[in-house]
Amino acid sequence: MPVREDDRAKEDFARISDGLDALEDNRPPRRRIDPVAIVAPLVVVAAFIGIWQAVWALAIKPEYVIPSPSTVWHQLWQMVTDGTAWDATWTSLRRGVVGFLLALVIGTALGLLVSQIAFLRKGFRPILSALQSMPSVAWVPFAVLLVGLSPSAMYFVILLGAVPSIANGLIGGLDQTPPILRRAGTVLGARGLSLVRHVLVPAALPTYLTGLKQGWAFSWRSLMAAELIVNSPELGVGLGQVMQNGRNLSDMPTVIAVMVLILLVGVVVELGVFAPIERKILRDRGLAPTGV
Amino acid sequence: MTSILTLERPERQESSRARVEIRGVRKEFRQRDQVVTALDGVDLDVAPGEFVTVVGASGCGKSTLLQLIAGLDEPTSGTVRAVERPALMFQESALFPWLTARGNIELALKLGRTPAAERADRCQELLDLVRLGSAGERRVHELSGGQRQRIALARSLAQGSRLLLMDEPFAALDAITRDVLHEELMQLWQDTDLSVVFVTHNVREAVRLGQRVVLLSSRPGRVLRTWNVDLPSSRSLEDVSVMELAADITSSLRTEISRHAGA
Ligand SMILES: Nc1ncnc2c1ncn2[C@@H]1O[C@H](COP(=O)(O)OP(=O)(O)OP(=O)(O)O)[C@@H](O)[C@H]1O
Ligand SMILES: [Mg+2]
Repeated sequence: MPVREDDRAKEDFARISDGLDALEDNRPPRRRIDPVAIVAPLVVVAAFIGIWQAVWALAIKPEYVIPSPSTVWHQLWQMVTDGTAWDATWTSLRRGVVGFLLALVIGTALGLLVSQIAFLRKGFRPILSALQSMPSVAWVPFAVLLVGLSPSAMYFVILLGAVPSIANGLIGGLDQTPPILRRAGTVLGARGLSLVRHVLVPAALPTYLTGLKQGWAFSWRSLMAAELIVNSPELGVGLGQVMQNGRNLSDMPTVIAVMVLILLVGVVVELGVFAPIERKILRDRGLAPTGV
Repeated sequence: MTSILTLERPERQESSRARVEIRGVRKEFRQRDQVVTALDGVDLDVAPGEFVTVVGASGCGKSTLLQLIAGLDEPTSGTVRAVERPALMFQESALFPWLTARGNIELALKLGRTPAAERADRCQELLDLVRLGSAGERRVHELSGGQRQRIALARSLAQGSRLLLMDEPFAALDAITRDVLHEELMQLWQDTDLSVVFVTHNVREAVRLGQRVVLLSSRPGRVLRTWNVDLPSSRSLEDVSVMELAADITSSLRTEISRHAGA
């Protein structure tokens, strides 16, 4: 065997494979922030306020039905300075977050059980889907009669709004796990719980997160609905109650100011909490982030 | 370099019992009302340290055979015995996209019960072994096709199994990258006590790598013929000897495939 030739061949291979490595460097560049994505929504909001101002100036409807943007702004500012806005937002947000976290625990546990146990799956899946399509406001009278005018009634409504979305998101994600990844996990020795933990749940994460986002939206919506309907000193004063008081006094600026606050909470939670998590999860997997 | 694999060359007296024993295996798949017989009467042994390549037409049951050896599926009848849980490299990329290259290998070490303290070092050794020592922090989607298959190989080796099953791992790669990976795989196999079952539909690749080439028939799949490859391990795809043997095997494969034309 001509040893020298063999060595040369090996050297050649090393060079070729180094060359390939250099060529294969295909890391995608970091995404830049798109300034249009920030400016565009602001333009739309400004345009909306402009139209509102114009409609007010035309005086089609009396002042107490369509107040001017600046009247609403002053009302909002006053609520911020006298503390009403903080107190009410805090009361509602705390309730919403606690209810959502509760729903997170229950929905996740339920989703895992239902997806892994055949009998539960057959029994619960249609019911979960049905519950998800039921407007949770419809539960308010039931909850009030069941547990009385107490914070428990609020949590009850939040849970019924959020748990089905969260559970369904998790189940859907687990179902969509590519079989090849499941088999890869099995080959590596993952069984039962360790397969769920190391393979199935991470694979389900994007869909699960969509379920969580929807769950939060439903929590927040059902809470606002419940607060509007139920009024009792025991419940404290949340955003819904402030708005209901405004309605009773035909105080349109207050009603609109509270609407702005409700919207702001939604935007802040979406942009501040869910969007960064979603971006990270999708970017890690090389999937394109959707939406904001 | 071999220490990471805990697969040093065997002591001479180690039993020469087969790592895989397949006896009279039949595998049927039921699709609604019709039954597809993927494999029928397959017998195959793989000795310690042996490199066996399996060739056959598309759909002849090559992947099915590996799934049975890996224990991912049960034969309809017959027995499949493997000495230990084999490592399996899949036909398509099966890396976990939520983990980095390093994370994939470390998970394999963890599931294979490697003590936590040793994992980081072993992982780095495996990354170096497939020459991706500095690409450990990359996500799967940031790796090229060839790099992905190298990480998949490293992850399979992380299992520490003495039996490696490979299902057309290089089918989607360009010729040069594939050559390089062939060379690396041969090096690895020579330095260790690994038994390899390598499935491919590329006859020349089978001759390039295997000590023994097994030809499977189609519908149902069974072992049609076996060739021993007595060629130096540094052979290349272009060697005349490789091409000659490949031509011989290919003509058998042609005959087998055209047999189905009349049916
Ligand atoms: N889960 C399954 N259900 C039904 N039929 C199956 C299943 N898996 C494989 N088959 C059938 O069994 C036969 C063998 O499939 P297999 O995937 O093992 O072929 P292969 O030799 O690996 O093909 P290729 O070279 O294209 O990868 C095919 O006819 C296929 O349709
Ligand atoms: Mg196949």
